[in-house]
Amino acid sequence: MREVAILGIGQTVVDEQWNKSLKEIGGEAAFAALEDAGLQRAEALFVGNMLSPLVSGQNQLGTFFADWIGMWSRESVKIEAACGSGAAAFRAGLMAVASGEVETALVVGVEKMTDKAGHDVTAALATAADADYEVEQGVSFVSLNALVMRRYMYEFGWKHADFAPFSINAHANAVHNPFARLHDLITLEQFEKSSMVATPINLLDASPVGDGAAAAVIVPAEKVRGFAGRPKVTVAGSAAATDTMAVHSRKDPMFLSAAYHSSRRAYEMAGIGPQDIDVFELHDAFSIMTALSLEACGFAERGQGPRLGLDNEIRVAGRIPVCTRGGLKARGHPVGATGMYQIVEVVQQLRGECGKTQVDGARIGMAQNIGGSGATILTHILRATSD
Amino acid sequence: MEIPRHWRLKKQRYGLVGEVCPHCDYKIFPPRDVCPNCGDEAKDLFTFSGKGQVYSFTTIYEAPTGYDSSAPYTVALVKLDEGPIITAQLTDVEGSSVEIGMPVEMVTRKMRDDGDERGILVYSYKFRPSLLVPQAHHPAG
Ligand SMILES: [Zn+2]
Repeated sequence: MREVAILGIGQTVVDEQWNKSLKEIGGEAAFAALEDAGLQRAEALFVGNMLSPLVSGQNQLGTFFADWIGMWSRESVKIEAACGSGAAAFRAGLMAVASGEVETALVVGVEKMTDKAGHDVTAALATAADADYEVEQGVSFVSLNALVMRRYMYEFGWKHADFAPFSINAHANAVHNPFARLHDLITLEQFEKSSMVATPINLLDASPVGDGAAAAVIVPAEKVRGFAGRPKVTVAGSAAATDTMAVHSRKDPMFLSAAYHSSRRAYEMAGIGPQDIDVFELHDAFSIMTALSLEACGFAERGQGPRLGLDNEIRVAGRIPVCTRGGLKARGHPVGATGMYQIVEVVQQLRGECGKTQVDGARIGMAQNIGGSGATILTHILRATSD
Repeated sequence: MEIPRHWRLKKQRYGLVGEVCPHCDYKIFPPRDVCPNCGDEAKDLFTFSGKGQVYSFTTIYEAPTGYDSSAPYTVALVKLDEGPIITAQLTDVEGSSVEIGMPVEMVTRKMRDDGDERGILVYSYKFRPSLLVPQAHHPAG
């Protein structure tokens, strides 16, 4: 397999984009990434999406977008892995280029969520869980995370307020990201008093959904030259792992084993360890997931994830900066697009384009995207090189 | 129509019928073709007692379509006495009275509130506080 590089990136704002359709949102990010790469089209297209059949009544998104962006006759397919669809599509695109099968791949993560009412979207999101044995019991996606969070607090002795730094950090960083859904600072008091969704998870533990798309163009690394102000960004590691579909089937529901396995494989590919990661865009769909991701990826001991928040280690200037563009919590979580937002944001960090939330001297960044309640987890490690 | 699906699941929903692994004696619920403990084939039926403890719980305020009118309601991970954990609603409880470790037992209840529009009423297992409280959990005095 040959080394690949990310030549171009693009994204739309995450918001309730009432005036734009599924295809317009995806097209906007796709065209932006192609323009950034200096290309008109790519040889193959990979689309990450979860909800279009349920929310937009539209399937076959591969061809749907190839048609819209003028890639007629080119290969295109949709990849679905619930909220992990974006990174799953990215991995498919990078394998297509790394294998030598194509010279350019365009990957678009896209989600249109606001064409349906709230409880219908809640039901659509629940299809990421086990239909017969979780969803039929009236489980919402939030509630699965709530079950994990309650037990975690019980086992390791954390209070709800101990998770506040994760959300406060994400909101503080999103203020400086023009593509973010939320641009308001939050306080510990607001975090503690926010309205309940599924106990103990309240609105400020949870990420807001939204419409959005993010895209990247992947090419062989040997065809790209880095230059001053725009380093070459290569994919140093890529791995995917799965866990049981249902939370109740796990030997330990409080351990993200798929995060552990995919991060270890990605570290090994890149020849590095967690101590070498300069910036980490993790999947903070809920505050509990930040803690579990940090632990599974080797940044904290079991049960000690919240400590990194309380000690300010996750801030832009801290030991392991996370959610530097707002994370899912404040940039927003357009589910099937989220994994591509994370990739785009890590590229922005490695190019030094992040302004007030730029991590000084960032050379190696990690993006981790989760599908379901930890069932599918993909880890990507990107590296800036100057050659 | 989802009638065949509900018919297929009736043993699990009404009788809590899972499996026992013939190779390692691991008790399995819901049933699956490969034993999660030893990786061998699993197919022998096993009926669970329906007794267990609350491993974790949550009270849901924002419910999915079909469950709106029941909200708020409480869902738990219940650790069955025979080993496996299952996801199930709690019934006959006030949200605030539930605790981790609380003994519970299975009952059969109606699940969804949209039976009329779907043409079927779905019944399944829920769990309620055990009527026989074990000595160890009885408060002093
Ligand atoms: Zn076995």
